[in-house]
Amino acid sequence: MSIAMDNQFLFILIAGIFIGGAAAYLGSLMLAKRMALVGDALGHVALPGMGLALLLGLDVSLGAFSFLLLGIFLIWLFEIKTSLPTEALVGIAFVASLAVGFLIVPEPELLEALFGDISKISFGMAATSAVFSILIFLIVKSIYPKMVLASISNDLAKSEGIGVKKQNFIYLLSIALIVALGIKIVGSLLVGALVIVPAAAARNLSRNLKEYYSLSIILGILSCFLGILLFEFTGFSAAAMIILTSTFFFLVSLIFKR
Amino acid sequence: MGIILKVENLSVELYGETILENLAFKVEEGEILTILGPNGAGKTVLLKALLGILPHKGKIEWRQGVKIGYVPQRLPFIKDIPMSVGEFFKLKKTSDKITRDILKSIGLAEDILRKKIGSLSSGQFQRILVGWALVSNPQILLFDEPTTGVDISGQESIYEFLEKLKEERGLTILLITHDLSVVYKFATRCLCLNKKLLCYSLPKELTPESLAQLYGGEIKLYEHSHG
Repeated sequence: MSIAMDNQFLFILIAGIFIGGAAAYLGSLMLAKRMALVGDALGHVALPGMGLALLLGLDVSLGAFSFLLLGIFLIWLFEIKTSLPTEALVGIAFVASLAVGFLIVPEPELLEALFGDISKISFGMAATSAVFSILIFLIVKSIYPKMVLASISNDLAKSEGIGVKKQNFIYLLSIALIVALGIKIVGSLLVGALVIVPAAAARNLSRNLKEYYSLSIILGILSCFLGILLFEFTGFSAAAMIILTSTFFFLVSLIFKR
Repeated sequence: MGIILKVENLSVELYGETILENLAFKVEEGEILTILGPNGAGKTVLLKALLGILPHKGKIEWRQGVKIGYVPQRLPFIKDIPMSVGEFFKLKKTSDKITRDILKSIGLAEDILRKKIGSLSSGQFQRILVGWALVSNPQILLFDEPTTGVDISGQESIYEFLEKLKEERGLTILLITHDLSVVYKFATRCLCLNKKLLCYSLPKELTPESLAQLYGGEIKLYEHSHG
């Protein structure tokens, strides 16, 4: 192994650990059942954006993020215009984006867009991931109690003077940001799992909120760290290794469920 | 005793349907006002309008600077959330001292703070909800239908508990209930609601006729279940 390879591996680990931790922390706020779909769907909404970015030679995260903003805006708009439940709207955005993305993304890059390609992670990408992950962490930390309260009851939150819509919007933006980063690690198909799976495992093991979000972050980081190590030693897809590691944690958490 | 709340011409429309029409009433300091009415009469909507979390027409005039505590009817999702009682209070940035004072006042021991919300009995949970509403030290409590029949600790009913709190903290209470015995025993005034205001009187002035008009055929059922 050359020194350059070693550095590359370090960059991958740094990006993975930061993104994995921040994504899992965000995921721990998906307390209401319908929210779990959102993270998953947004990964797919990113796909057409990634396709465009690849065609134009831009950074895929940038393309993904602009489409995610568009997706969030459309879901929000549909929500006002119709009385359909959010999950139905999210589902529509989800399949439509997948179809458009499939058309737009150039075939050689399709696999990369769907499952990620961590071998392309550079120093710049690792640094960007770390900075944005910390930013997301701080934003989410500041809205955490309000979001928990809104998950318990919108009315209760509103009666406390909390602007529930504003908090939700900030939260969705944070998810869009982490998805835009996460697609580089695990691709658009699996990025939702970075958000959902560690928190689901942590919920099984926790008696209180502090245990819950701490454990979510730890499991998110561990999944990425161990998954990337497995990728390094076995040569299997990193995305698959990361998600299977977190799924393994989830299965174990079922045994020790409190 | 001053007036703490004045409502005039209050109407609420949701999804194009009129839920409340032209309500007018007043609440004086220290009152226990019960809100009676059949299912779907708009009782919860009234509380939410008073809280300012639903759009409405007409006038809702709270005394200036008044602090309102809200105890919701049900919180179906809370038991799924891994959260201790202490953390539930911390969502409001409650200081430890205030939390301890409130626990004393709602008759629970401090070790409950470490318990998971989902593991509480319904009586304990009801007390915690009331305690949570008391954090901001409100002058008035809006209480959406306490779980009837649940003895909150042995002999003390939720209503005796509320009455004690009212004395201790000088509270005014607005209470939705289905329980007529509560109205007779604890209420100082009673409001019958079915989209419109059907009565607004002292409990002893409630006549069988006005109740029959309010509930239709249901009235017998209510008398029997809490006889």
